[in-house]
Amino acid sequence: MIPILGLAVGIVLGLVFDPTVPLWLQPYLPIAVVAALDAVFGGFRARLDGIFDAKVFVISFVSNVVVAALVVFLGDQLGVGAQLSTAVVVVLGIRIFGNAAAIRRHVFRA
Amino acid sequence: MSDQPRPEPDRRPEDDVHPGDDAPDLDAPDLDADPDAPEQDAPASAADAGDRPVPPPEPPAEPAQQRPGRPRRRRDPLAAALIGVLTLLLGFAFAVQVRTTGTGEDYSTLREEDLVRILDDLDAREDRLREQIADQRTALRELTNDDSQSAAALQEAQERAEALGILNGTVAAQGPGLVMTIRDPEGRVRVADLLDAVQELRGAGAETMQIGGVRVGVSTAVTGEPGALRIDGVEVDSPYEIRVIGSAQDLQTAMNIPGGVVDRVGRQGGSVDIEQSETVVVDALRQLDRPQYARPDTDDGG
Repeated sequence: MIPILGLAVGIVLGLVFDPTVPLWLQPYLPIAVVAALDAVFGGFRARLDGIFDAKVFVISFVSNVVVAALVVFLGDQLGVGAQLSTAVVVVLGIRIFGNAAAIRRHVFRA
Repeated sequence: MSDQPRPEPDRRPEDDVHPGDDAPDLDAPDLDADPDAPEQDAPASAADAGDRPVPPPEPPAEPAQQRPGRPRRRRDPLAAALIGVLTLLLGFAFAVQVRTTGTGEDYSTLREEDLVRILDDLDAREDRLREQIADQRTALRELTNDDSQSAAALQEAQERAEALGILNGTVAAQGPGLVMTIRDPEGRVRVADLLDAVQELRGAGAETMQIGGVRVGVSTAVTGEPGALRIDGVEVDSPYEIRVIGSAQDLQTAMNIPGGVVDRVGRQGGSVDIEQSETVVVDALRQLDRPQYARPDTDDGG
């Protein structure tokens, strides 16, 4: 319940306040969002699997975001930021797909 | 979240294959973490690595952490708060990012090199457009210049044509000058006398003239016999009226010099009346003499 509530409240807050993303954050925010989405999907799957752990979820959430942003940051420093962020998005997207598939099997048994 | 972890007995572990297996560091924790208990080990590990049968024994570290964690987790307000905060942050960031992307600031998320490329493109386009503007401006200026130049050229050509027309007798003319009447009652005025009169008048600055009804041009010839003179083949009778345009004073002086026209006509038994006038009309016209053999020498530039 809490995550869904948190998501809903966060979205509402974001829409209401509509803050300007700081310039230094702009390249990393989308990547961070995708990484966090991956963590959330993983957590949801783990819950369906019955193996959810709040601590693991929190750590994986934070580390996902940090690592994704770090990879993109390093890529920027190395001059391959665009390619690396594409790579991160692809990898995370594949993982989200995999998790979504697992969730689907749980929910629909198919 | 606090009540959720419930093992599902009918879950098929082999279904849990997912690409994330390749990177267990990132996603495995969600699945590896098996807080529920060691009795969940088998499904959990199967979920962790669906395609390879993993024996129940887990890495020792995780169960060690999680076994005591299980009872705590369910009522852990800190974990719940953290989860809430994280998901709230995620929702917030998600909404903000969607907003940012949706506001048309497409460039705000682009990387530096992309922006540089776009900037280069724009610069190149700007340069091209500027060149076009300069070209168009030049063309416009040239066209305007051409216009005024051709107008000026036309005007000049017209003036030139008029001047030439007056000189060669194709255009009627008027201006100050004098009307000279040579009376020849005895019919003794010769060709040479008339010719002399024309020459003297020209020498005194006559610009154009006519004798009788014949305009005098560059090719004018005086022929015939005394008493039956012809100008350009046209017979003229005494008295011969010569209308001249030029400086009246100069012309009259030239006529009256000793040994001049007046003198010689008088010696032939004739007389000359000279009448100055502010407005002398020379309206006899000549056909334009089209040169049959002579051609303009354009090499020389004239």
